[in-house]
Amino acid sequence: MAATQVLKSEWTKIRSVASTVWTLSLAAVVTIALGMLISVLSKNDYDNLSREDKLTFDPTFISFAGMSLGQLAMIVFGVLVVSNEYSTGMIRTSLAAVPGRGTFLFSKVLVAALLALVVGLATSFAAFFAGQAMLGSHRAQLGDPGVLRAVIGGGLYMTLIAMFSMGVAAMLRGPMLSLGILMPFFFLISSILGNVSATEKIGRFLPDQAGSRIMQVKAPFDDDTPYGPWGGLAIMVAWTVVALVGGYVVLRRRDA
Amino acid sequence: MIELKGLTKRYGEKVAVDHLTFTVRPGVVTGFLGPNGAGKSTTMRMLLGLDHPTAGDVRIDGKRYAQLKDPLKYIGALLDAKAVHGGRSAFHHLLCLAQSNGIPRARVHEVLDTVGLTAVAKKKAKGFSLGMGQRLGIAGALLGDPEILMFDEPVNGLDPEGIHWIRNLMKSLAGQGRTVFVSSHLMSEMALTADHLVVIGQGRLLADTSMADFIRQNSRSYVRLRSPQRERLLDVLHEAGVTVAEAGDGALEADGTSAEQLGELAARHQLVLHELSPQQASLEEAFMRLTAESVEYHAHTAVPGAPGSGPGAPTSGPGAPTSGGALPGAGGPGWGEGWQRRRKGA
Repeated sequence: MAATQVLKSEWTKIRSVASTVWTLSLAAVVTIALGMLISVLSKNDYDNLSREDKLTFDPTFISFAGMSLGQLAMIVFGVLVVSNEYSTGMIRTSLAAVPGRGTFLFSKVLVAALLALVVGLATSFAAFFAGQAMLGSHRAQLGDPGVLRAVIGGGLYMTLIAMFSMGVAAMLRGPMLSLGILMPFFFLISSILGNVSATEKIGRFLPDQAGSRIMQVKAPFDDDTPYGPWGGLAIMVAWTVVALVGGYVVLRRRDA
Repeated sequence: MIELKGLTKRYGEKVAVDHLTFTVRPGVVTGFLGPNGAGKSTTMRMLLGLDHPTAGDVRIDGKRYAQLKDPLKYIGALLDAKAVHGGRSAFHHLLCLAQSNGIPRARVHEVLDTVGLTAVAKKKAKGFSLGMGQRLGIAGALLGDPEILMFDEPVNGLDPEGIHWIRNLMKSLAGQGRTVFVSSHLMSEMALTADHLVVIGQGRLLADTSMADFIRQNSRSYVRLRSPQRERLLDVLHEAGVTVAEAGDGALEADGTSAEQLGELAARHQLVLHELSPQQASLEEAFMRLTAESVEYHAHTAVPGAPGSGPGAPTSGPGAPTSGGALPGAGGPGWGEGWQRRRKGA
């Protein structure tokens, strides 16, 4: 069983279903459009900001504001790539063709992650330039310190969110259960935990909060986060690895 | 060649497949027969390495499924016609399977043509009828031009033309020297296609025999008798040494004696007969008898010894509606049972 054969096969699978196109385009459109909208609002509100807030004004991060919503479409993409196999029964056909379950899962994840990376990077750059255009005189330049890292980091963030979702979907199998857990977790629970002072210290080790640190260029004044941008991304990578290993163990052990 | 050795699958307390040992040989169609829930599909899933056996072993040409390089080139299987992503076209479905096993793209067009789906190759699979879905599944099984083919209930939901097509396909595949393993819960279907028969019930092997032997052993003929002087008739038959069983509706069934002899016997004793008719038990009845005690889901009205199908509901069994799982065979040993014992002794 040559891995290249399986990669080719997974590429055919992913490009031949409509859900790939609509989840990824939704992720791009929502991230860019919402980022532009919030950039416009931030520019108009700039004069009302306190002196401190003006000093830590982070035009790069503001242009990524749409990602909190756009990542949900990335989650749907990641979940569907894996759980479609189970919900349609295709998994039996797939595993009969590729009995190596590790080869099967990791080829699938690799192909989907590369696609997510391409879309994520394109989205991130587009969101940055569109957002900066809206911010007018308060805009950041790609050449400013830390900005290029933040923009590339945005693409990595979206990729990792999709990969984390693939791991969770491989563990839970059903799309409804996976989405029912992931969507509220990333949209509500994570931000609640992160904003309540009692749980803030736990909340910032969650994958999305740790990972999104890479998109910040200027940290807030009272920032006591114990990790930097790359440290935060490493935490997110750790979460993703755990989810994928968990998914692999479940796939290996259970009957298809 | 498929070899099963002591294959067992347990779900908690429930045993789905119980120490199955048999071999599926090339060049013939082997029918895999059993009532619903007998463990046929579970066995087939274990053959493909999809379910892990609790105990025992399956070998495909001497190898474990996971050891096969490009398994579709060894064994092609149709498990479930709906095991397809509905949003994917027939062509792309087959293409991704072909690519995963290094099968050239041209072969996809070939098998689409073989199963007659070329015209709808670009259509999404969710718009397919059950028959088209089966054809797509069969196309997937044929893709790697494998020496072993396995079909799980392939005629389910097909129209007569489709059924005819599948029967001929299986026969021609076996005729080419391939191993063809096909499951069904219909004896009548197997009688038309299979050369060899493996029967299971509640996960246990009940029979492993050639179709010809099965027919010879089980196409029992007997004579159905009805008389207003039933008790006297019974005495007369008994004296003459005729084995007789009571059918549920007051009729009698005599084994091993021709209708002519019985008629003359009755005439000699001046008995009135209302019915004197030679009967032939169908293979379907033979199958039901064989599996009667192992059928998992009985309909409560059905008496296992007296399946209401066929003319005259011939029965050698108790006939009286006793409890659901009773073995047939009050008059003479339940021949299904006896035969089963013989098979095991052999």
